[in-house]
Amino acid sequence: MKVNELIEKLSLEVLCEGDTDNEITGCYSGDLLSWVMSKAKEGDVWLTVMGNINAIAVAVLCDCACIILTDKAALDEEAKNKAELQGVTVLRSEKSAYELSVEISRLI
Amino acid sequence: MDSIKLHYDVPGDDFTRAGAASSDVKRNLKQLGVSPNVIRNVSIAMYEGEINMVIHAGGGWIDVEITEEEILVTLADEGPGIDNLELAMKEGYSTAPDNIRCLGFGAGMGLPNIKKYTDDFRIETEVGKGTTLYLKVNIE
Repeated sequence: MKVNELIEKLSLEVLCEGDTDNEITGCYSGDLLSWVMSKAKEGDVWLTVMGNINAIAVAVLCDCACIILTDKAALDEEAKNKAELQGVTVLRSEKSAYELSVEISRLI
Repeated sequence: MDSIKLHYDVPGDDFTRAGAASSDVKRNLKQLGVSPNVIRNVSIAMYEGEINMVIHAGGGWIDVEITEEEILVTLADEGPGIDNLELAMKEGYSTAPDNIRCLGFGAGMGLPNIKKYTDDFRIETEVGKGTTLYLKVNIE
């Protein structure tokens, strides 16, 4: 499944549109950045409440398919600018990481 | 191929620029056609080192040398040094303050991650003088 299909299926809010043609191969949920760097895999959707500039850097380093900010968490202006610059897709949902994980698991 | 040498200055307390050096190295390695796995390992190890410099040491500098066989990264700072290296290498141990933890760092995974993602890793540190990390990642 591609990121653009996920946006549609889960009615996600698009905060920053990067490469929405990215293929989704998995999902990882977490907020501690070093932990995410250690565990997230290329092609993962990353579920987090961290909407800061460092989260964008981590998504780039891990080659995540996209970020979904859960629980309607905020995206900093600085982070938004960096995401645009680096082509990272940042999405948002009112749902929790648990709810989104279950739904993504059913879709991919 | 002659080796490629890159140098970066890392400003202290500037989280907006933290990660710039690792992103640049990642871009360079991609252009050289290095395997994605190696690129990922180097980038993550470097980013952890970069963040450590920003959080703990007031910045520093990074030298990168890319040869046909390996990628060598030296990260040096003149910060406070590491008092207890054994503890610092332990997963989950962190001296990062609360404001840093709010940013998602301070999980105590920095040095362990660097070790995990490199083929060779050495630290020289002296309290009051600074810390230098030497990393090596083999090109598959």
